[in-house]
Amino acid sequence: MCGIVGLFLKDKSLEPKLGAMLTDMLVTMTDRGPDSAGIAIYGDSASGHAKLTIQSDQADADFATLADDLSSALGVPVSLHRKDTHAVLALPVGKATAARATLAELRPGLRVMSDGESIEIYKEVGLPKDVARRFDLSAMTGSHGIGHTRMATESAVTTQGAHPFSTGADQCLVHNGSLSNHNNWRRKLKREGIRIDSMNDTEVGAAYLTWKMQNGATLGEALEGALDDLDGFFTFVVGTKDGFGVVRDPIACKPAVMAETDQYVAFGSEYRALVNLPGIETARVWEPEPATVYFWSH
Amino acid sequence: MQTIDLATQSLRDLNVTLQAQKDQTNATSWQVLNPRGAHAIAVGLDAPIEVTVRGSTGYYCAGMNKQATVHVTGSAGPGVAENMMSGTVIIEGDASQYAGATGRGGLLVIKGNASSRCGISMKGIDIVVQGNIGHMSAFMGQAGNLVVCGDAGDALGDSLYEARLFVRGSVKSLGADCIEKEMRPEHLEILRNLLERAGVDAKPEEFRRYGSARRLYNFDVDNAAAY
Repeated sequence: MCGIVGLFLKDKSLEPKLGAMLTDMLVTMTDRGPDSAGIAIYGDSASGHAKLTIQSDQADADFATLADDLSSALGVPVSLHRKDTHAVLALPVGKATAARATLAELRPGLRVMSDGESIEIYKEVGLPKDVARRFDLSAMTGSHGIGHTRMATESAVTTQGAHPFSTGADQCLVHNGSLSNHNNWRRKLKREGIRIDSMNDTEVGAAYLTWKMQNGATLGEALEGALDDLDGFFTFVVGTKDGFGVVRDPIACKPAVMAETDQYVAFGSEYRALVNLPGIETARVWEPEPATVYFWSH
Repeated sequence: MQTIDLATQSLRDLNVTLQAQKDQTNATSWQVLNPRGAHAIAVGLDAPIEVTVRGSTGYYCAGMNKQATVHVTGSAGPGVAENMMSGTVIIEGDASQYAGATGRGGLLVIKGNASSRCGISMKGIDIVVQGNIGHMSAFMGQAGNLVVCGDAGDALGDSLYEARLFVRGSVKSLGADCIEKEMRPEHLEILRNLLERAGVDAKPEEFRRYGSARRLYNFDVDNAAAY
């Protein structure tokens, strides 16, 4: 069991409240996943800049001079904005790959959670309300976001095993369920040069979608492919720079409820997660069909 | 009418209060406000009372119901009226997966759609769905009636024992050992009665009946292909 929440805003006036709404939804899903929690939020993309969200278990030591160290190594301006164990590095667009390689040398213990123009990922072990407080999630703004509360099954309860997973620029995936053929796909995808950092099944799902899209598939086609190639139980919610998508396996054991109004599209593992959204009383509320790809984009 | 507001009272208070009502109670009419998708609302009731839940419910609403009538004005989450023994449960909106699972008696009416596994392992319950139902409905059903006014999804009645399935619309596919059967006068009568009790305006003659081919009761190698 895990909990998923997602919110895609159509009404720009709600964007300052995205973090607050998503945090409320996330905390409601605590009893579906008290082990760890995480959120991917798509905020303002400063033009010409790439963002890397990084995490460290020794944040004080690792982050202290990191912006300067990285700036001198890469020869470009770098800024660092710290939030608890995470920080967002901003650097000129096109430098993300070089920055990853340099970070691995400068700070071997540091993890890159995401890179892209607008995505930021924050995730840690602990109750969703504590994770939300540490990162001040409710103050975050943006156009869409995805959250996850984890009850671990397929890999250890660690920061690395928490969702969301990002294996491509501005892409992320959260998952309720368990994949049974992830070891085969991990080997295959690594051979194909896709980056996979953990032993977690969901990360393989994310890497699968990244691989499909690198080979020319649209997100919709990649999700269709997942229905054929991934074995096991899954309700997936994926995020991209422009939108978010939902797909459930053909058996569809893992619950999912969606709501749509003129202002937003919302996803919850349960209806409980949606009850505080504005206008929910008159929203169109439905259960996504099995083996059917849904996608919304700006 | 007695009112319990879940915005100010706990779910446990609600269920303890409703479960304390006995056959001779004078408090026969109840309403529950602000359900907000909570789990296990109005479960384990055993008295001839009427409970109206104003809003949508989460998992297992009206589970193990006996005698009571539970009316949900919104939609219901997974496992509504699970293992119902008797009484009536009415859902104005949609019902999520495994509605009426393992039910032994009573009537479950879903005015919207029901999703997958509706009536799974039903053992005597009557279920009337005015909309469509999802895949694997009535899986391993043993007794009772499932009436669907819309369409049925994949693998209807898979591994069915003796439940009767009536579908007015299309059936995407039949499950293992489930076949279409002749609609005889006694079946039309059963269906007419169920439609009337559920308040559905539909003609029994518009439905088709499905049931068990009875090839999988006991293992017989000649029937291996039916699995």
